[in-house]
Amino acid sequence: MNMVVCVKRVPDTAEAEVHIDASGKDIEKSRLSFKINECDNYAVEEAIQIKERLGGTVTVISLGPKENDEVIRMALAKGGDEAIRLEDEAFAGGDGFAVAKALAAAIKGMEFDIVFTGALADDDGYAVVPAALGELLGVPHATYVKKVEILEDGKRARVGRELEGGLLEFLEIDLPCVLGIQTGINEPRYASFKGIKQAAKKEIAVKSAADLGVDASEVGEAGSWAVLEKFTPPVVGEMAEILEGDPEETAAKLAAILKEKGLV
Amino acid sequence: MKDIFVLIEHRRGEMRDVSIEMLCGAAGLGGTVVAVLLGKDVDAFAEKAAGYADKVLYVNDPMFENYNSEAYQKALSALIKEHNPGLVLIGNTAQGIDLAPALAVELGAPLVTDVTALEMEGDKPKPTRQFYGGKLDAHMVMKDADLYILTVREATFQAGEPSKSGEIVKVENPVKEEITYRKFVEYVEPEVGEVDITQSTMLVGVGRGIREDKNLPIVEELAKVLGADLAASRAVVDAGWLPADRQVGISGKTVKPKLYLAVGISGAFQHVTGMKGSEVIVAINKDPDAPIFGIADYGIVDDLFKVVPKLTEKIKELKGL
Ligand SMILES: Cc1cc2nc3c(=O)[nH]c(=O)nc-3n(C[C@H](O)[C@H](O)[C@H](O)COP(=O)(O)OP(=O)(O)OC[C@H]3O[C@@H](n4cnc5c(N)ncnc54)[C@H](O)[C@@H]3O)c2cc1C
Ligand SMILES: Nc1ncnc2c1ncn2[C@@H]1O[C@H](COP(=O)(O)O)[C@@H](O)[C@H]1O
Repeated sequence: MNMVVCVKRVPDTAEAEVHIDASGKDIEKSRLSFKINECDNYAVEEAIQIKERLGGTVTVISLGPKENDEVIRMALAKGGDEAIRLEDEAFAGGDGFAVAKALAAAIKGMEFDIVFTGALADDDGYAVVPAALGELLGVPHATYVKKVEILEDGKRARVGRELEGGLLEFLEIDLPCVLGIQTGINEPRYASFKGIKQAAKKEIAVKSAADLGVDASEVGEAGSWAVLEKFTPPVVGEMAEILEGDPEETAAKLAAILKEKGLV
Repeated sequence: MKDIFVLIEHRRGEMRDVSIEMLCGAAGLGGTVVAVLLGKDVDAFAEKAAGYADKVLYVNDPMFENYNSEAYQKALSALIKEHNPGLVLIGNTAQGIDLAPALAVELGAPLVTDVTALEMEGDKPKPTRQFYGGKLDAHMVMKDADLYILTVREATFQAGEPSKSGEIVKVENPVKEEITYRKFVEYVEPEVGEVDITQSTMLVGVGRGIREDKNLPIVEELAKVLGADLAASRAVVDAGWLPADRQVGISGKTVKPKLYLAVGISGAFQHVTGMKGSEVIVAINKDPDAPIFGIADYGIVDDLFKVVPKLTEKIKELKGL
């Protein structure tokens, strides 16, 4: 199996304050830490497990600045073979479609059986790339994938998609294909020390829009379906009544409320 | 204003609420609302949709018994090319998100996914969606086009009462060729475990804020003194700290207990969808901006490792334990 894995580097905003910056179109990122997009971590693991079972290669691709090398190298350390990073000013501000076009241009010339992506990016949440990439590459796709089994002949896969309520929809899909991987499909490994050392020495091929043969008008903001006009804080309904005090006090207040409501 | 197509979503004999919601939302946009129904012997859904649409295009064919992106994409692109709508609304569901981006690429139509609010500027949609797990609203400007596609988050529009009686037009399946590269095989139900959290009167929901499974006893203890069962966010289930049957949310269970106490859960909409119907919602989270506080009735902004043991203690006292 020759496999490609698309990985994105995203800011970790789950526990951080998110501030809109002066442009109104981005957030202040200087104090945020970054990590591999959550489901991409599972996509990397899935590709490596298949390689371990069936042989083949895993090529890691990420679109973004030099800092993305960090997540690329971690994927290499876990068992990836080669890596490509797509970097160009022309890529700036692209939505899922624009990103998918750049990824497709990079992947098109390669011989691949499966392209893995994550199901959705934690920052923009578009969930566009897997199905768009499949269409752009002219191959079938499936997303929200929670089970992958390569069928005997290596020309098809049995794939389980996770639907609402946790129901799995199994389908058979021809290879080559694009699979958007959902979290929880496997147990992502940690990179070994040896792996990390080896990955540090690997070359990451950097490619520009021109290298990929894509016109600047096709990618970035210009090539997007939609661009961001501005961010605003979310409209929240009625906010919770926040109980003030130290833990001793807030716990006592909450216990009293629960008692009053007949819940204790 | 050109026609608005709304794709009706259904599975195993049930029509998804988002379909009706989108029909109701579309009715406010101006333009003829056309429900598009692909299925096998789903006349009842055609009739239901007709109550909310100006017209129903109904393709009745065994090919559409179960969703398959290949069959759906071929049929929809043919219907869209023939009828030339200006806007297509699809649910932002596991089905919709598997379908819409590929359809949009094929048709060269701009797509915005997971829309949570919608205005129109003439024929052009101005959608709002969320970034950073619901921490920001993003106002999007779409590229000019003749056809726009949106996938709409559930509960974005409100489903009203049926007020129309659209004509049901049975159309021949436009897909003549065989479906070759993607075949539906079967549905597999999630496993059922020992506790059915949909039946619990009280739930303590635990999220990634718990850090490690070895910290679980803190919340287990709280659940025990409350007489509650433990539920979890997806993050906790993915990490293998609690079994999948404890997961609350869009890809887990929908629960409506008397009390839902969310501990270290951020409140992503995929989680909130599954618990917002709870009678009393309490959240303990150290991040004052965590979206969970927008849905909770009571909140404590603090470190769960400090608050939860105290709360357990206080409840023990109240109960005389
Ligand atoms: C298709 C799809 C389906 C999904 N289905 C579901 C679903 O069914 N159910 C579900 O839950 N999710 C679902 N998700 C995932 C969802 O988007 C979120 O990623 C998930 O709910 C996050 O879980 P969490 O809140 O536990 O973790 P996080 O978002 O990481 O939040 C952890 C929270 O803990 C708080 N915290 C950390 N430390 C402490 C401390 N010491 N004291 C107090 N608070 C602390 C943080 O401030 C943060 O708010 C789905 C996603 C997708 C794409
Ligand atoms: N900049 C990027 N570089 C590499 N892969 C990406 C990038 N952006 C998105 N992807 C892939 O596409 C998936 C879905 O992203 P999105 O459509 O933006 O939600 C992610 O999980 C990644 O696998």
